[in-house]
Amino acid sequence: MGVVTPGFFGRGRRQDAELPPGQYLTEDFPVLSAGPTPAVALDDWEFSITAESGDVQRWSWKDLQAMPRESFTVDLHCVTRWSKLATEWEGVSLDALLADIGSSADFAFISSYGGYTTNVPVEDLLDGKAWVAFGYDGEALAPEHGGPARLLVPHLYLWKSAKWVRGITLSNVDEPGFWETAGYHNYGDPWREQRYWE
Amino acid sequence: MSSWRVATVVGIREETATARTLALRVPEWSGHRAGQHVDIRLTAPDGYTATRSYSIASASMADELDVTVERVADGEVSSFLTEGVAEGVPIEIRGPLGGWFVWSPDQPEPVQLVAGGSGIVPLMAMVRTHVSAAAARHMRLLYSVRDPGSVFYRDELLERATSQAELSVDYVFTRAIPAGWPTPPGRINAPQLSLHTISASERPTCYVCGPTGFVETVANLLVAAGHDQSRIRTERFGPTG
Repeated sequence: MGVVTPGFFGRGRRQDAELPPGQYLTEDFPVLSAGPTPAVALDDWEFSITAESGDVQRWSWKDLQAMPRESFTVDLHCVTRWSKLATEWEGVSLDALLADIGSSADFAFISSYGGYTTNVPVEDLLDGKAWVAFGYDGEALAPEHGGPARLLVPHLYLWKSAKWVRGITLSNVDEPGFWETAGYHNYGDPWREQRYWE
Repeated sequence: MSSWRVATVVGIREETATARTLALRVPEWSGHRAGQHVDIRLTAPDGYTATRSYSIASASMADELDVTVERVADGEVSSFLTEGVAEGVPIEIRGPLGGWFVWSPDQPEPVQLVAGGSGIVPLMAMVRTHVSAAAARHMRLLYSVRDPGSVFYRDELLERATSQAELSVDYVFTRAIPAGWPTPPGRINAPQLSLHTISASERPTCYVCGPTGFVETVANLLVAAGHDQSRIRTERFGPTG
């Protein structure tokens, strides 16, 4: 237990059970990004997955919309300490997108329109744990929240869920991304409170 | 970086009716970079804890650490820090944190700061570091605020802007203007941005901090004015209770 703060009694206890350590509940949907929001026209939008062999598979916006879509409800945990529970999304699972990719790579390096990057182990993208999402709360995903489409890996801190996602490069080498090289944890499990470099 | 340490509140300054600055003395504080933040953890007698992040307002070489806290409705941490805390109280902190929204006096290019409301806090650390370092490069601050009573660090900004040749400060008032102010209240728009900021042709690095809508608007205006998006760094203030 930490040092008791004289005069502080707190009010937030009842939510503790469902939140990872050090998080608090918000009903808003705050935004965290490092630079301007990129403007991406749907006609120009493209998403690609590059295997370690160099083979590339590409999807236009139409191609993505033709994939089997899933509706899913997940909790979001941001490293800036807010959590938002039971958010409703629509998107295509990474299981579906990776299904025809010939790869045995362990690591995924994710790039976005606007230059943002992040890294995730491939196993964290599989088995219904990750999506390319384009719908939020019954509407098209707004640009400030990553629209037209963002990665969503909700079991990790939200910076891993790259907004404005553009491509995934699979590799046998783990390459830290934008926040991972700027002091944030390489993996980012909220339940183990992996916020920063230790 | 990951360990908590015990700071002591050694000074309290009221900034506005809803915001105050806490000066913290931290044993063995090895300094921070302008723009970084700290986590503050409060612990109740039964062990319940609440942690929030606050931007550092003091210069990177200052002995004491200043954080400015704006009270958020129903915010259990901000309410305590703006109303309950007294001098001498121990508070746990961790940091400094954040490696992206930072400015160093070593950076050779001019610097444009754009603050919305309490988004001024990390930018104030840059203003104070600029002055302390006697940096020769031009630094310009555009501060958008609701009304004159909501301005943080007003006297200090005035003093610094008049005494430091390479620092200039401009205001935009969105709801109410001071007596005699030449323009009516309103949000930042393209003509104002062009009038009150360093031109894109000088290739400044821009730091924009404020509420989400403000940051979206300003960052988009800067891009439209010709600033390369790789030279625009943003930090958004979500609700922090």
